[in-house]
Amino acid sequence: MSSRNEVLARIRTALGTERAPVPEIVRDYRTTDERPAEELLDVLVDRLEDYKATVLRCTPGEIPATVVAALDTGLPAGWAPADVVVAPGVPDPWRPAGTAEDDGRPAVELADFSATVVGVAVAIAETGTLVLDGSPLSGRRALSLLPDCLVCVVIADQVVGGVPEGLARLERSAPLTMISGPSATSDIELSRVEGVHGPRTLVVVLVG
Amino acid sequence: MKVALFATCLVDTMVPQVARATAVLLERLGHEVVVPPGQACCGQMHVNTGYRREAAPIVANHVRAFRGAEAIVAPSGSCVASIHHQQADVLRRAGEHALADEAASLAERTYELSQFLVDVLGVTDVGAYYPHRVTYHPTCHSLRLLRVGDRPLRLLRAVRGLELAELPGADQCCGFGGTFAVKNADTSTAMLTDKMANVLSTHAEVCTAGDASCLLHIGGGLSRMRSGTRTVHLAEILASTEEAVQPDQSTRPAISAVNAEGTTS
Amino acid sequence: MTVVDLGMPTLPHAPRGVGHLRGNRPFPDAARDALRDGQLRANLGHATSTIRAKRAAVVAEVPDWEQLRAAGKAIKAATMARLDAHLEELERQVTARGGTVHWARDAIEANAIVTELVRATGVHEVVKVKSMATQEIGLNEALEAAGITAHETDLAELIVQLGHDQPSHILVPAIHKNRAEIREIFLRTMPEVDPGLSDDPRELAMAARAHLRERFLRAEVAISGANFAVAETGTLAVVESEGNGRMCLTLPRTLITVMGIEKLVPSWRDLEVFLQLLPRSSTGERMNPYTSLWTGVTPGDGPQDFHLVLLDNGRTATLADEVGREALHCIRCSACLNVCPVYERTGGHAYGSVYPGPIGAVLSPQLTGVEDNASLPYASSLCGACYDVCPVAIDIPSILVHLRAEHVEAQKHATPEAVAFRVLAKVMSHPRRWRMAQKAAGLGRLLARGRPTMPAALPPPASRWTQSRDLPTPPKETFTQAWAREHGS
Repeated sequence: MSSRNEVLARIRTALGTERAPVPEIVRDYRTTDERPAEELLDVLVDRLEDYKATVLRCTPGEIPATVVAALDTGLPAGWAPADVVVAPGVPDPWRPAGTAEDDGRPAVELADFSATVVGVAVAIAETGTLVLDGSPLSGRRALSLLPDCLVCVVIADQVVGGVPEGLARLERSAPLTMISGPSATSDIELSRVEGVHGPRTLVVVLVG
Repeated sequence: MKVALFATCLVDTMVPQVARATAVLLERLGHEVVVPPGQACCGQMHVNTGYRREAAPIVANHVRAFRGAEAIVAPSGSCVASIHHQQADVLRRAGEHALADEAASLAERTYELSQFLVDVLGVTDVGAYYPHRVTYHPTCHSLRLLRVGDRPLRLLRAVRGLELAELPGADQCCGFGGTFAVKNADTSTAMLTDKMANVLSTHAEVCTAGDASCLLHIGGGLSRMRSGTRTVHLAEILASTEEAVQPDQSTRPAISAVNAEGTTS
Repeated sequence: MTVVDLGMPTLPHAPRGVGHLRGNRPFPDAARDALRDGQLRANLGHATSTIRAKRAAVVAEVPDWEQLRAAGKAIKAATMARLDAHLEELERQVTARGGTVHWARDAIEANAIVTELVRATGVHEVVKVKSMATQEIGLNEALEAAGITAHETDLAELIVQLGHDQPSHILVPAIHKNRAEIREIFLRTMPEVDPGLSDDPRELAMAARAHLRERFLRAEVAISGANFAVAETGTLAVVESEGNGRMCLTLPRTLITVMGIEKLVPSWRDLEVFLQLLPRSSTGERMNPYTSLWTGVTPGDGPQDFHLVLLDNGRTATLADEVGREALHCIRCSACLNVCPVYERTGGHAYGSVYPGPIGAVLSPQLTGVEDNASLPYASSLCGACYDVCPVAIDIPSILVHLRAEHVEAQKHATPEAVAFRVLAKVMSHPRRWRMAQKAAGLGRLLARGRPTMPAALPPPASRWTQSRDLPTPPKETFTQAWAREHGS
C-alpha cells in the first residue's frame, strides 16, 4: 500500500466505521466592527505605534510629500532616490522622482536597496496589521522583506476593524504577507526587541 | 435544611476537627446536620493516579452512602470537584449506568462549603470571630474546577477580628497534587517552597484554604521549617466565635506581624 | 505497543531510535537535576512570568475571547472528525496550484523524503524555519548523515544549535538561557562577531541578523513547518516574528514544508479564528509581526518548486483514542507551558521530548505509546492552569488522568503500587472495612510518641512526603466515629 493510502486507511480505522457527526461550529464571535471609520483609523495608528511603527497621516493630495517625509523618517542618515525601490503598481504620484521600480530582477538583488515603497491590500485596525497580497501595488514578497526600511501607503477605505473582516477581503490564492510592526523577536528572556531579519523600520503613510 | 456532611476520607482520618467545625457552623446557622455512616472516600485519589477501574466500587459506595440526601456539603473543593467531574464517568466506564446517573444527580446537590454558604444559604457573614492575621490560598480545584471565585474571601472579610493579608502568587499551585507529592516529590517540594515563601511574606499567623489536603501539604512544610505560621481550614475559622473557640484549635498567636518585621519584641 | 481496550484499534506509534519524542530517563529523575540548577530556575521564572503577564493583558482586551476559544475547539473537533476527506482536499488544491504532496507514515519515511528532495537539488546546505515537526522527527540529524548542513534561522533555534543544546520550549527553544549565557555562546561560535558584544538583547539580535544575512541570500533550499493549512484552498500559513521565516519562504528556489496531518483546518474562514487565538496566546502580542500565507507556487514570486510532506508519526494512533485525540487540537502556542508550575520549575529538558510542558505530557506519550513515556502523564499536579489558558480549550488535566489509567491498565504484572491501590479500593468500598482501616491508621500515632507530628524518618513511600514536610499525628478518634458515639449510629 502506498504511504498515502496507508495514512488515509489509518485515519479511517482511528475514526471507526460509525463516525460521530461533525460538531457544529458556532461563530458567535465578532465578525464586523460598527465603530465609525475615523475611530478605526485612530485604533490602527495606536496599534501600529504600540509596535514601534511610525505613522504619518495625510490627505490624498499630500501623498507625494508625505512619502518623501516617510523616507526621511525611515532613513535618517539621508537617502538618494536610487536607494529606494517601489512596487511596479505604485501610482506615479506616490513615487519620489528617480526611484527605481522592481523590474523582476533576481530577488536577492533587492537587498541592495535601502528602502521600499508599497501599497497594501487591507489594513486591520485592531491588531495593527497591514496585508500585502503580491499584487503590482504590494509587490512580490521579497520586495517588502529585503530593504531595511519599509514604507506602506494605506488608504482609509482599506482599513477594517478586525481580523475576520480583513481576511474576507483578501484574494485567497495570492501570496499574502501580514505585517504587524517591524520585525521583532521575543527569544531572549521573552522580552520583545524590534528589528531582526525583516525591515527594522516600518513607516506607514495613512491617507484620509 | 437537612444537610448531609461528607467529611472526606482525609479529613475524617487525619484532621477531624475540620469536619467538626463544618458541622458546628452549619448547625449554628440553623440547619440540621447528618453524617451518613456509610461514607468513606469520593474515589479521587484512585482516579487521579490511574486506578479508575478500582475507583468504581469506591464511587459506588459513596453514591449509596449519600442516596436520598437533600444537600451534601464537603469541606473540600477537590473532592467536590471529583464528585462533579469524575464520578459519573468512572461508573459509566465500569458499566454501572444506573449508578452513574444517580452519581450525576447527587453531584448536582453536592457543594463545597463556601459555595453552599454563599450560593445556597445566601450568607457571607456567618457570625464568626477570629482575631488573627490570615492569608487565604485559593486551592487549584476550588479555583479552576469549581470556580468558587471570591466566595471564601467574602466569607473571611465578614469575620470579626480577622485581618486578611493578600497572598502573593495566590493562584499558583502549592505542589500537593495528590500522589504527585510522592511520585514527583522534588518538583512538589520546589513548588511548596515558593508557596511557603509567599505565605511567610504576608506575615500572617494563619494560612487558610478550602482544602484540607493542600493545607496538610503547606502546613507540613511550614511545620518542618518551624515557621510558626499555621494552617487552619476555612471551616474552622468560620466556626469560631467569641463564645466558643474550637476545642482542637490553637489560638496562640504564632509570629505576630510586628515581631516578624522585627520592630518590637 | 500498548495493550488497548477492545474496540479501540491499534495503530502504529512513532518509531523508536529516530527523532526526539522519548527521554532517556523518567521525568522525576530528570527533574531532580533540573531543580538543582538555580540559574535555570531563575531564567525560567523570569521568562514565564514575563510572558504570562503579557498574555493576560492582550487576552483581556478581546471581549469575545471565550467565543473564539469555543469556535477554535469546534473547528478542530470538526477537522478531526473528517480528517481523511480534508487531507485529500488539501492534496488536490496544493497539487492544482503547482505543489507536490508527499505522505510519510513516520519519522523515518519523512526524513528519507526530505533528504531525497534536497539531494535532487544538488545542494549541501539548507536554511530552516523553526518547526516542531522537523524537530520531532530529528530531520537535522538525518540531513547531516546525508552530508547536508541545516542552518536553523530562528534566533532561539540558532542559540540552541550553536550551543549544541536541546530545545526546551515550543515557542522559545532557548528559554532556559539568559542574555549573558546567549552572549557567551555567540562570542564562542560566531567568528565574525564583535568581541565587544554586550548582553543587550537588541545587540544580540543584531549579531544573529549579521550572522544569517549571507546565508539567506545564498540559500537555494528551505525547510519549514506550517502553523495551518487550509484544505479548501490549499493555503499554508507560517506565523513568525523575526522575518527569518519570510526569508526562507521567499528567497530559495525550493521550499519543503513538513507538516503533521492534524494541522489543517477545513476552510479559509477558520483562519479568522486561529489568527486571533494564536498570537495572543503564544507571544502575548495582538498579532505577530509576520504571517506568511502561500498557495502552491506563484510565478515570479517565491519558490518555484514546492513540496508538502504530510506526517503521521503516531498521530493516527492518537486519533484513535476518543479522550486523548483532543491533544491533536494543539496549535503549539505554548501558553500551557508558560503557566505550568511544573514546567516553570523543571524546564523543558526534563520531559525528554520536543513537546514539553502540559501539552507535551499528553501528546508525547500518545505519539510514542504511553509505555515509552509512562512518567509524563504523572508530571503534573493537575492544577488546571493549562486548561484555563489553552486557546482551543484542550482539557489537558482530564487527558493526563486518562493516560495514567491507560498506563496502569497496560501493566501485565501487578506493581506494589497497584496492589496497594487495589487493597485500599476494597477497603474504601465497604464502610465496615474502612472504619477498621481508619482505626489502624490511628495507631500510627504511637510512632509519634505523643508529639504532634510523625517522625521524619518513615519508610518509603511515606518518606517521599516526610523528607520535606511534616505529617501530623493521626487523632485518637475519627470524626465519623466521634459523631456516631455522640449521636448514636
